[in-house]
Amino acid sequence: MEKTKTAISLFEITHRFAEQLVLSGITAFLEKDQITAILGKSGSGKSTLLHIINGLVQPDHGSIRIFEQPIDYRKMDSLRLQIGYVVQQVGLFPHMNVQQNISLLGKIRHQSTEAIHARVTQLLKMVQLPLPYLNKYPHELSGGEQQRVGICRAMFLNPPILLMDEPFGSLDYETKRHIYKNLLTIQKTEPRTIIIVTHDWDEAITLSDRFLWIEGAKIKDRGNKTDLEKLKKAIFS
Amino acid sequence: MLLLMPSILPAQMNTIRVGAKHFNEGYILSEMIALLLEDGGFSVERKFNLGGTAVSFEALRNNAIDVYPEYTGTIASEILKYDQRLKIGELNAKLKLLDLEISAPYGFDNTYALLIDSVLSKKHAIRKISDLQHHAYLTLGLSYEFLKRKDGWENLAQFYVLPQQPTALEHGLAYQAILEHKIDVTDAYSTDGEIEKYHLVLLDDDKNFFPQYEAVSFYGRRLPAEAKKLLQKLEGAISQDDMQRLNALALFNSVDHRKIAFDFLVQKGLINNKTYTTIADARAILEKTWVHLQLTLLALICSILVAVPLGMLIYRYSYMSRVVLYITGILQTIPSIALLALMIPVLGIGMLPAVIALFLYALLPILRNTVMGLVSVDPVLKNVATAIGLSPWNKLRLVEFPMAFPAILGGIRTAAVINIGTATLAAFIGAGGLGEFIVSGLALNNTTLILQGAIPSALLAILMELIFEGIQWLAVPKHMQQNSST
Repeated sequence: MEKTKTAISLFEITHRFAEQLVLSGITAFLEKDQITAILGKSGSGKSTLLHIINGLVQPDHGSIRIFEQPIDYRKMDSLRLQIGYVVQQVGLFPHMNVQQNISLLGKIRHQSTEAIHARVTQLLKMVQLPLPYLNKYPHELSGGEQQRVGICRAMFLNPPILLMDEPFGSLDYETKRHIYKNLLTIQKTEPRTIIIVTHDWDEAITLSDRFLWIEGAKIKDRGNKTDLEKLKKAIFS
Repeated sequence: MLLLMPSILPAQMNTIRVGAKHFNEGYILSEMIALLLEDGGFSVERKFNLGGTAVSFEALRNNAIDVYPEYTGTIASEILKYDQRLKIGELNAKLKLLDLEISAPYGFDNTYALLIDSVLSKKHAIRKISDLQHHAYLTLGLSYEFLKRKDGWENLAQFYVLPQQPTALEHGLAYQAILEHKIDVTDAYSTDGEIEKYHLVLLDDDKNFFPQYEAVSFYGRRLPAEAKKLLQKLEGAISQDDMQRLNALALFNSVDHRKIAFDFLVQKGLINNKTYTTIADARAILEKTWVHLQLTLLALICSILVAVPLGMLIYRYSYMSRVVLYITGILQTIPSIALLALMIPVLGIGMLPAVIALFLYALLPILRNTVMGLVSVDPVLKNVATAIGLSPWNKLRLVEFPMAFPAILGGIRTAAVINIGTATLAAFIGAGGLGEFIVSGLALNNTTLILQGAIPSALLAILMELIFEGIQWLAVPKHMQQNSST
């Protein structure tokens, strides 16, 4: 593995949560501009791994490097602007409408109204939400619609890294397929490093270039798309 | 803010501010002073409802008022702390050091006195206190205060060699008791309106035991000479009987103090303008309501400016929170009237101490709701705000504060309504407002007067609720409004 192609390096990450070992000796090098799926049952430590990459959680042991730089926890704010994050609980701000939620980071970076509007429109198209939704408040949206707004918010600044925690959980099949397609299209033209945490093996196969399978706090298996297809056959048939 | 300021500043000297102690006689005499000054061309600001001697004197010394009627005995014992009788000249010599002065007496002496039922008085020819010596069978019912005072029963009995054993009773019940012949003799003030009305006889203090409480005008030496000259008209003009009759008018016929004073001055030919003008009640209520609003809003604005940022600081540095919340909590437990009284030695009387007291009261609800509002923001959203890259300041500004805003607004609303209620007590320290009606209504047992203050302040509280309802409706997205009921 060439060093320059690594976006995120995880080395010997071990973390306990209330005495419970959630991650144990995780070492992985996540490649730049690739989609990596992290598979595993719920409670297997997948989300904690994203928290650690995002700097929300400092691991008990081990080190993380992002674009070859060790994380400086005092300068997390600016680093996080490089890392889009779609959280599992969606977490839209209830006092802001869809437009405000999506463009929040643009606003704190003082982007122009036109630039914001153009970007918001582009993102809504990608997740297949109609423009009038911009003025709606989160509570007026279905769970799936909220998730899509959450994806737009994470992608607003066009971050080189995108963390997605069960991002398509409450979407219907049709919408899912559409967003998969759009995501893969964007990935071809403007590639970025995407980490998707999911328990859906088919989703992982459709989207990812590589995968990590975490079970019992450890990496049980890893590989590319072909490896994953084989593994799925071996397990589920 | 600027609009609210002027009434805190002292008034110009071409306006004379007249104070009053809050009981009927105090009001009537103060009205006489005010009417005489007005008749002589001065403009007068009535700063009545100053409460007792301590507050009135403090107000005079701090130039919060220019003149009020006081009693020589009170000045000697309570203000100058002298035991023996002092003549007017002696009093003035001592008051000069304080830059204060008194006039010659008005002509009556409102001292302690003993009263007896007129039938008994006639039957046994009891007219003087020394006559009591020979009637040991008489029942004496005396007030608790009179039994305790230095110029009260113990020394009186010794002085006159009186054989009776008095029983103690509440002063308010004494007149009732004597009318029902449950007691024969009681103590009273010599100008009480009840004396004439109930045909009681005031026993002559034939050996001059009681100190003299002669009414005089009490003013700062800088009072304009023309004003002092106008006040001289009162000297020797009011007899004991006059004062009893005037007090009875206020007590039993509920005649307005101003009217009583005016009629008396006209009858004695002391004023030239013989057309009686009342301050329109509606206007008086409006003026006091306006002062009331000034007090409340000024204190509220200061509280918001302090409590909201402080709440944010406490939330950010949570180790501070207990200390600060405890301190404001303690402030809240101090009874309002005590807090107001504590302000007097530090800040004197008037609007400033009242605003500061109200400010302290408004702190807790706003502070508590600010902290609680921020604490209770959904932890998921706080995490999300951090996770997507908001700095702590942006997180507070863009996420936590807006989400806590309905709760903060609720705290401000609570504080505003509490303040409107508490501001009625500000009248006790001369801050004015609707409390003036209530305080004088209570002192005079006049329900109409109490209601004149109570109803507008209740309406003001309701209005305040409505205004905040409106602010909330405008400023908080509809779906977040249910959070605001705190």
